[in-house]
Amino acid sequence: MTTEAGSETEVKEKAEKSPARLSQSEKDTSESQEVAATEGEAERQKEKEGKGISRYLPTWFKKQKSQSQTSPTKEVPSPEEASNQEEVPEVNGHPEEVEENEALSSPVQEQVEEKETESHSNASADTEPALETKVEEKSVEGVKAAGEGGAQEELPEKQQQQKEEAEVKERAEGTEGQTSIFQSPLRLVRKSRMKLVVCHVTLLDGSDFTCEVEKRAKGLFLFFKVCEHLNLLEKDYFGLTYMDHHEQKCWLDPTKEIKRQIRSNNWQFAFNVKFYPPDPSLLTEDITRYLLCLQLREDVASGRLPCSFVTHALLGSYTLQAEFGDYEPEQPRPLDYISQLSFAPNQSKEMEEKILELHKSHKGMTPAQADTQFLENAKKLSMYGVDLHHAKDSEGVDIMLGVCANGLLVFKDRLRINRFAWPKILKISYKRNNFYIKIRPGETEQFESTVGFKLQNHRSAKRLWKVCVENHSFFRLNAPEPPTTPRFLTLGSKFRYSGRTQTQTRLASTLIDRPAPAFERTSSKRISRSLDGAPMISITEASTTENGHEPHLELHSDSKVEEADSNPGRVEAPPAQSPMRVRVDNIYVRHSNLMLEDHDKTQEEVLKHQASVSELKRSFMEAPPPSPPQHNLWEKRITSSPATTPRVQQPTTVPVTDAASTAAFAADNSDTKEPIKTTEVEIEETVVVREISTKPVVPDEHAQGAKAEEAAQKKKMKQRESVSSESESEDEAEYHPNVSVSISHTQIPEEREEEEEEEEQEKLTEVSQTAQSVNPEEEKKEVEEATVTPGEAPNGPTQHAEADARPVAPVHEEEVPKVNGEATVVDARPQVICCSQPPVVKTEMVTISDTFAAQKTEIATKEVPIVHTETKTITYEAAQLDGSGDGEPGVLMTAQTITSESLCTTTTTHITKTLKGGLSETRIEKRIVITGDCDIDHDEALAQAIKEAKEQHPDMSVTRVVVHKETELAEEED
Amino acid sequence: MAGLMAGFGCYTHAIVREVPTSLAKEALRTSQAEVDSTKAQKEHDAYVHVLRTTLGLEIVELPVDETLPDSVFVEDAAVVCGDTALITRPGAESRRRETEAMKGALKDLNLNIVEMIDENATLDGGDVLFTGREFFVGLSKRTNQRGAEILADAFKDYAVSTVPVVEGLHLKSFCSMGGPGLIIIGSSEPAQKALKIMQQMSDHRYDKLTVPDDLAANCIYMNLPNKGQVLLHCTEEEYPESVKVYDKLKDHMLIPVSNSEKVRVDGALTCCSVLINKKSNH
Repeated sequence: MTTEAGSETEVKEKAEKSPARLSQSEKDTSESQEVAATEGEAERQKEKEGKGISRYLPTWFKKQKSQSQTSPTKEVPSPEEASNQEEVPEVNGHPEEVEENEALSSPVQEQVEEKETESHSNASADTEPALETKVEEKSVEGVKAAGEGGAQEELPEKQQQQKEEAEVKERAEGTEGQTSIFQSPLRLVRKSRMKLVVCHVTLLDGSDFTCEVEKRAKGLFLFFKVCEHLNLLEKDYFGLTYMDHHEQKCWLDPTKEIKRQIRSNNWQFAFNVKFYPPDPSLLTEDITRYLLCLQLREDVASGRLPCSFVTHALLGSYTLQAEFGDYEPEQPRPLDYISQLSFAPNQSKEMEEKILELHKSHKGMTPAQADTQFLENAKKLSMYGVDLHHAKDSEGVDIMLGVCANGLLVFKDRLRINRFAWPKILKISYKRNNFYIKIRPGETEQFESTVGFKLQNHRSAKRLWKVCVENHSFFRLNAPEPPTTPRFLTLGSKFRYSGRTQTQTRLASTLIDRPAPAFERTSSKRISRSLDGAPMISITEASTTENGHEPHLELHSDSKVEEADSNPGRVEAPPAQSPMRVRVDNIYVRHSNLMLEDHDKTQEEVLKHQASVSELKRSFMEAPPPSPPQHNLWEKRITSSPATTPRVQQPTTVPVTDAASTAAFAADNSDTKEPIKTTEVEIEETVVVREISTKPVVPDEHAQGAKAEEAAQKKKMKQRESVSSESESEDEAEYHPNVSVSISHTQIPEEREEEEEEEEQEKLTEVSQTAQSVNPEEEKKEVEEATVTPGEAPNGPTQHAEADARPVAPVHEEEVPKVNGEATVVDARPQVICCSQPPVVKTEMVTISDTFAAQKTEIATKEVPIVHTETKTITYEAAQLDGSGDGEPGVLMTAQTITSESLCTTTTTHITKTLKGGLSETRIEKRIVITGDCDIDHDEALAQAIKEAKEQHPDMSVTRVVVHKETELAEEED
Repeated sequence: MAGLMAGFGCYTHAIVREVPTSLAKEALRTSQAEVDSTKAQKEHDAYVHVLRTTLGLEIVELPVDETLPDSVFVEDAAVVCGDTALITRPGAESRRRETEAMKGALKDLNLNIVEMIDENATLDGGDVLFTGREFFVGLSKRTNQRGAEILADAFKDYAVSTVPVVEGLHLKSFCSMGGPGLIIIGSSEPAQKALKIMQQMSDHRYDKLTVPDDLAANCIYMNLPNKGQVLLHCTEEEYPESVKVYDKLKDHMLIPVSNSEKVRVDGALTCCSVLINKKSNH
């Protein structure tokens, strides 16, 4: 176990990952040195990338970690501790907040506590006294936790985002303590909750794990506790489930408070595999494989994973081998113990005999090998890792939708009747109980088509949507092109995948540097044989790791599971290699002359760079779609469509921090002049998949109209513009790794919550401000629109405490009906998301789930699982709404939305750039939502917010202030 | 069974059935073609000879039945995968009894027999394409959804996707497997369309080899212990252009087999045998 070196590596790595952090305001010398030292060293970056346990931690942990480096009290951590240490942000903590820390200690903090003060391992409340001595380290965490509490839904989202963002946020939190105006409400909240509750978690081996958590703990905390108990490092494939009010199994959102998710007071959970690794042999540790085996045994035995008699027998025999070791003839009545084990839904004597017979043939196999064999067979089953959801197609026929690593499957009875691979899917959304996917047009098609399915109810639609978002993120979003430009899933909704992607977790796994942990198999207690092959295997693995090789590929060439590598079905796209993505597109070409008909131009390149045939082939599955870069038609429209108004209608009410609230929707209705026809207007939350760039971009000069804009923002605009223009011809962000900007390729909008009642009790103070615009008249137009400041811009000269107080968040709410937060440009610090909002959005709603049916209705130009139009979703035009303006149509050039938030404020900044009669005009609108659980002095908060904004933008004007109060009715907030 | 999907193309046995003289006059056909009964017989004998002598398979020959003019096309009566055999319910009423002899033979080979008894189900083996990783079932005049469902139930390990067959008799009238992960496909529009569907429906990646003639796309692939990759395909006389394409398969042992008569009653190469791998079964 390394210590100092390890932690240092982490720092470096961390620093490397965020070169842009240089501009970070609170600088720690040593750290910035690190940064300086490492910045720009791409190669080294690659090598270092992933070194250190920090890799295992979500990025937001790492952020904090860097700060912990500055903490004098920190000691050189062991790797294990290092990881925890990272989690301890050290900032200017304030002693007064200590108790609050206690109350709201996040999982992270808990872990730290456990490590540092062993005597207080479980309950945060216990640790209170101890904590006080550690005020410096923890207070900030406490604040952060508080922030999380306050800005509940959003925080998790940040995890997925840049470090810069996290930093900003941290700073914000750090300073938050000083911003008196925000303190009081949250404090009240914090102090009131310190209770501990007992959680029961059913583990995969059937045993029960009990632990205490603080009542307001987040899902992640409990999850970490369980993983710790299991000694599991490759956590990302797993998750916790609970039963909701309707006896439906749901995944516990790690980023949210447990209490708010579960049924009242039923702290009962189950530990399950959430993402079934397509190739389990690529897992690093045997213990992970073992847990996966346990899950699969259960899946098979319960019938969830259907398989044939022979396969049942084969899998059962490997289970026996793993649990009991070699078959022993002398063993009395082997059928007895066999019968006690469950292998299949309808287990017969015949099957048990077959199992025994096969068991005999596995003589000499170690438990780890048997597990591996088990998995090798299980993974090939057609329903492996498929999460089924009941649904109906457009004709009301019962079907099943299966979400898996590769995409979405449609089943009718047992038959697969359609399949939508992730690359084919542009957008996933749900509305009420409808679930929609927008399909990328085929080669011969011009427009996207949308396929709709009906689910049982709103909840199931949302659940399906979430599962899709998560699976897409986990499996499809690979590692990033340039290592510093990770691509993440951002959503405008409160929900997003908060963990690491498969690629990231694989990379992380390669850094596991511990001897294979000893673990007990369920029945090993009964058998006193020590057959565990773990040590053997660990040697192989350890050596591989030491070589510092790319994980998986190497690993398996010398491990016993080689066959897995040659399996073309699975991919191991080496994370850090951007070119791979492009190359793998045309793998099938490999079969040389046979395939000529399908050649793309890129093929030659493909062959040229052909690394190893099998690797390529394996990479194929995760590669982007093979067809030439599809233009996102949406993009085209965005950039080319004339907008009648500079801005597309922007509803004035901003959702509560607690996103997805219908409250906002309702408010919309009342606030907007034109009533929204709910039947036609889609209110969606939008998920944008984007790439993040930390590279500084040269500021752009041509935003003539943007006088108040700050440099940083200009940069973004510039980026955005370039993207827009180029995107007319090509969706290049997808394919040009070096572009520091990217265009989203998948949107996963989430419908806004429908019931207001679901909202937590909150008060909103909304401040709408209008800041500069080129045309004074324009301002009139904007009466309804909240506008503001570029204040969010990172590094902005005028940036200071206020800005800090609202760490940036992703487009947190796109309220515009049918806003398609399409392209995203992100540069450094604050999250910047560009939302293009074309005035009109027409989407064909099509429902076809049956290829046969599709073919019968035959549309000549379209590929089969296609489209006939059934309904149309119409989005309304901004022009109509903005009747008060001069109405002269301008051309929308760019539009972007920046959302940031802190404890209790959410700031959404929309930047729109329009071209109007040769004059370029930039309008910046900022909407600030102040949210609080309890009594907020909103007058004060408002005054403060306005003041801050004014400071940043003297010429800004406030156009609207809305105070919105919501009361809590139901605990169910999902 | 060395695990799922191992040994695609490995066969030890072949079930065939003699050509009844009634074939020439009574066998079902989509065209009005005349069939030379003796020539058909000869071709069939040559076909069986290749399986038995050239390839060394153990041949199980079902007794000729004059009342079943289509009975030479044994493929339609059963789908065998691993050690499970699904006895089908052929789409053509007149062919239903063909399964009886087939069932007996498969039982004798100790396969697990699954019978399709649902009266709403029809399935011809000619509509079933097994790729080694999954099944594609053509929904055709002879095969319906229910039949496909029962097949899916019989072979639970595998994904079963349905593919509409709008032209041609069976799915395999214009495609077949030419190796693990290699689909031989005809160049007609319906064939290409069907391929697109299959590619879209599959989690796996398939290579394709397009031959100019749809009927020539039906070939028999085997992977035999001492022979390596073997491909029985059409002859140059029948489809010269397609044969040129087959000739590009350098790794395969290519064996042209004449099928000019049976093809007139929509019989392709795969139709005339049911291939079984007994050794692989535990």
